[in-house]
Amino acid sequence: MPISRNRRVAGVLALALVAAVATACSSSGGSGGSGSSGSSSTAKQTVGFIMVGSNSDYGYNEAVYAASQKLAKDDPSVKVITADNIPENNAVTQTMQSMVDKGAKVIFATSYGYYAYAQKFAAAHPKVIVLHQGGFNTGKFTANFGTYWGQAFEPVSLGGMAAGGLTKTNKLGFVYAFPISQTIANIDAFELGAQSVNPAAKTYLVNTSNWCDPLKQKEAAAALIGEGADVLTQHQDCQATVIQAAKAAGKYVVGYHYDAESLDPSGWLTGSAWDWAPIYEAITKVALDGTFAGSKYNANFVGSFQDNDNPLTLASFGKSVPTSLQSKITAEETALKKPGASVFTGPITCQDGTTLVAAGKTMTYAQINAISCLVKGVVGTLPKS
Amino acid sequence: MNGIEQTLIGGVSGGTSILLPALGELISERAGVINLGTEGAMLAGALGSYAMTQSSGNIWLGIAAGIAGGALVGLAHAWLTVRRGGDQIASGLLLWFLALGVTSVYGTSYVGTVITPLSNIAIPGLHNIPWAGPILFDQDILVYASYFLVGIIWFVFYRTRVGLTLRATGERPEVVAATGGKPQLVQIAAITIGAGLGGLGGAQLSIGYVGNWFNDMTSGYGFVAVAVVLFAAWRPVRVLAGAYLFGIVLAAASVLQAHGVSINQYLLDAMPYLATLIVLALFARRGRSDTPEALTRSLSRSGT
Repeated sequence: MPISRNRRVAGVLALALVAAVATACSSSGGSGGSGSSGSSSTAKQTVGFIMVGSNSDYGYNEAVYAASQKLAKDDPSVKVITADNIPENNAVTQTMQSMVDKGAKVIFATSYGYYAYAQKFAAAHPKVIVLHQGGFNTGKFTANFGTYWGQAFEPVSLGGMAAGGLTKTNKLGFVYAFPISQTIANIDAFELGAQSVNPAAKTYLVNTSNWCDPLKQKEAAAALIGEGADVLTQHQDCQATVIQAAKAAGKYVVGYHYDAESLDPSGWLTGSAWDWAPIYEAITKVALDGTFAGSKYNANFVGSFQDNDNPLTLASFGKSVPTSLQSKITAEETALKKPGASVFTGPITCQDGTTLVAAGKTMTYAQINAISCLVKGVVGTLPKS
Repeated sequence: MNGIEQTLIGGVSGGTSILLPALGELISERAGVINLGTEGAMLAGALGSYAMTQSSGNIWLGIAAGIAGGALVGLAHAWLTVRRGGDQIASGLLLWFLALGVTSVYGTSYVGTVITPLSNIAIPGLHNIPWAGPILFDQDILVYASYFLVGIIWFVFYRTRVGLTLRATGERPEVVAATGGKPQLVQIAAITIGAGLGGLGGAQLSIGYVGNWFNDMTSGYGFVAVAVVLFAAWRPVRVLAGAYLFGIVLAAASVLQAHGVSINQYLLDAMPYLATLIVLALFARRGRSDTPEALTRSLSRSGT
């Protein structure tokens, strides 16, 4: 029976392939683990970091990983363990459990979709302090749970100033993934920043319904450039495609997530870059001191320019940005760092003419976090569900 | 440049990333083997071509590496399904996962880097034709290659003895065996060449169109290619139409938004899939379908 023998061999091979895939996955997942620093001396306290993507994605996850390594370097009493490529499902609970089994006292769950799992895990493990990156808890906090984030829209508005100052067509292109309020706040802040130096600047929107789909990003960039946009920016997880598209067409680009000036030195204006290390270090210190419960991190902590602890910072300026504009932007950055300052200070009008913020008023973070209107000057609509 | 022209230009260049793997899948399926590993072949081709282009600086070596990367996935599929009689669906899916894992491990160091994508070459004379010129004749070299491939594949399928043997293998392999042919060898060749075209499709995406690499950058377009072949009733010209239709509707979604046209975005997202499905399904009802009779059947070494 040659066929059935062949089938059996094929079955064995299939198993071998599964094993090969599993090895490939665990070796990528484990690379973070093997990168954990320090020896397991008894005095060290273990802190765990969980990432949804690769720890070298040149973006959101790499910023998390880099900051976790800086924490280990700056604080010799801390042992850092990491796990990357952990999907937003029960796998994150298993990862948290295995970190606790390895002695982790503090766990940072760094992807938006981990929220429910992190909160549940915290409730079930009162001795472990669990932090969630990007979530916003509207209910009660257990004594060992907190969320943290930053006012991302602040550096984005500064990037908008650079875009508004350099556009010749007065058309700016914004490629985004999903109409979540964080993104809407970024789009609005970008347009407001652009208007502050160039009242005629308009921001054109294209969404891709995906955090990283290079084919759609390219189509989006091409459509925006075809429409006449001469500065592109984005809220995507991977930014190389849009930068490359702008570069090939000789247009400007404002980045997001990391400083990518080296990819396109002449087209790069500026951008926003994550720097999580100060927040990680501050939270870890409080958590290991035993003073976490009731602290400002046992809540929805939001870093900002005003408190000088915004994890999203202004990236470097490209050579195309004239010094006069650079100083204008850094002056605005300084102004935003004053207590009470806000990007969303009225009067601000929505696309449809309704008032978003009345003159002299400012929006609270909770209001911005629930924002649903595009400001006047943004061209395009948000999907209705 | 107006919106419609812009949509068609984007549709042809984006659609080529579907067309090339779909042509490969067509060859494979006409020989009787479904290859769901096409998505994996695309990933292997996308990374292989990107890595080679970046390290050698030579775009031709990059294109060759893309074809080789895809063909390697095809060879594995051929060995498992043809030589070992493994299930075609299971083998294809396994190879997709394997390619996804391997390219993610080896591709990570390329994430965040960029290369200059293939430049567009305007064909003298032809690119000045109103409308069609800029759309069809101001594209990159892999897009031009795909035009020729459609013609070559059509010619080989329907006008040559090789094509006859290939199609016969997918329909009645025992007849091929009875006339002294070797159906298994035909299948192995068809799968490998087909997956090589899948790799070329990946190369068109990474080094032809976007100029960078990202893990899992094909985002399921390899499966779209497999679906296009099915709905195109296994005929080359319809495969071309289906792939371009998908690309054009995909590009239209971006162009409409950039023009500030207000359309439900979730509908826009679904449109490329819906439009391709509806149009090809309508056409499939009219003419005959060329479903290979022996598709997914395991052959013994003697071809029966």
